Amino acid sequence: MNEAVKLHFVVDGDDFTSAGQASVQVKKSLRQLGIAPEIIRKVSIAMYEGEINMVIHAGGGEAEVLIYEDRIEICLTDRGPGIANIELAMQEGFSTAPDNIRSLGFGAGMGLPNMKRYTDSMHIDSKLGEGTRILMTVKL
Amino acid sequence: MTVGEMAKALSLTPVTVEDETRTFSGVYIGDLLSWVMGRAKCDNIWITIMSNINIIAVATLVDVAVVILAEGVALEESVRQTAEQKGVNIYTSEKTAYQLAAELAGLSK
Repeated sequence: MNEAVKLHFVVDGDDFTSAGQASVQVKKSLRQLGIAPEIIRKVSIAMYEGEINMVIHAGGGEAEVLIYEDRIEICLTDRGPGIANIELAMQEGFSTAPDNIRSLGFGAGMGLPNMKRYTDSMHIDSKLGEGTRILMTVKL
Repeated sequence: MTVGEMAKALSLTPVTVEDETRTFSGVYIGDLLSWVMGRAKCDNIWITIMSNINIIAVATLVDVAVVILAEGVALEESVRQTAEQKGVNIYTSEKTAYQLAAELAGLSK
């Protein structure tokens, strides 16, 4: 039985400018493993959106990427404020990001929808005041 | 057509030229980064007026062929260095995104 390749990252909540380091590293690792470019694009963009969300809303968090023979799983965990209304948060254009984030080109309300768009399945588990855990799967 | 040939035809100013022999296909214009990540395609030319560090991550993840900064937008030195490290082609131009797009459309005729 083949064991999954496991990558683990801590997403720094203080430094908005360094967000994306984990996604770029994942992109590099997947390329080394010979994963198809279109899959790499899906995984790294979904993960980048997740990273940005954790930096904007949750003061950082953790990202874990598991690469199996038939799928890639991305698990994002934070101890932020939680998502009050997941259905609303999933709508394109809905955002609770502050204005300074918008001036950086984010906060368009496209993060979660993009994560769904680029993955084959996405599950959000969120509790107000406790945090959010998002599990995304991309089939190989 | 290669990035270098296109840059010459549009009289773009080079900022970081990492691979001017790369060929491009199609153009995407936008400043909202998530929107760009959702819609732009690999090998596109990406025209934007955004200049913060996050454009480098977006350009890398989407794998665009080249970024053109419109309306004379300049990059901070630290951003330029990151672009260099990540191998992202960036040019700048005084022209608007519309003018650049119109000229690019003319090139493909």
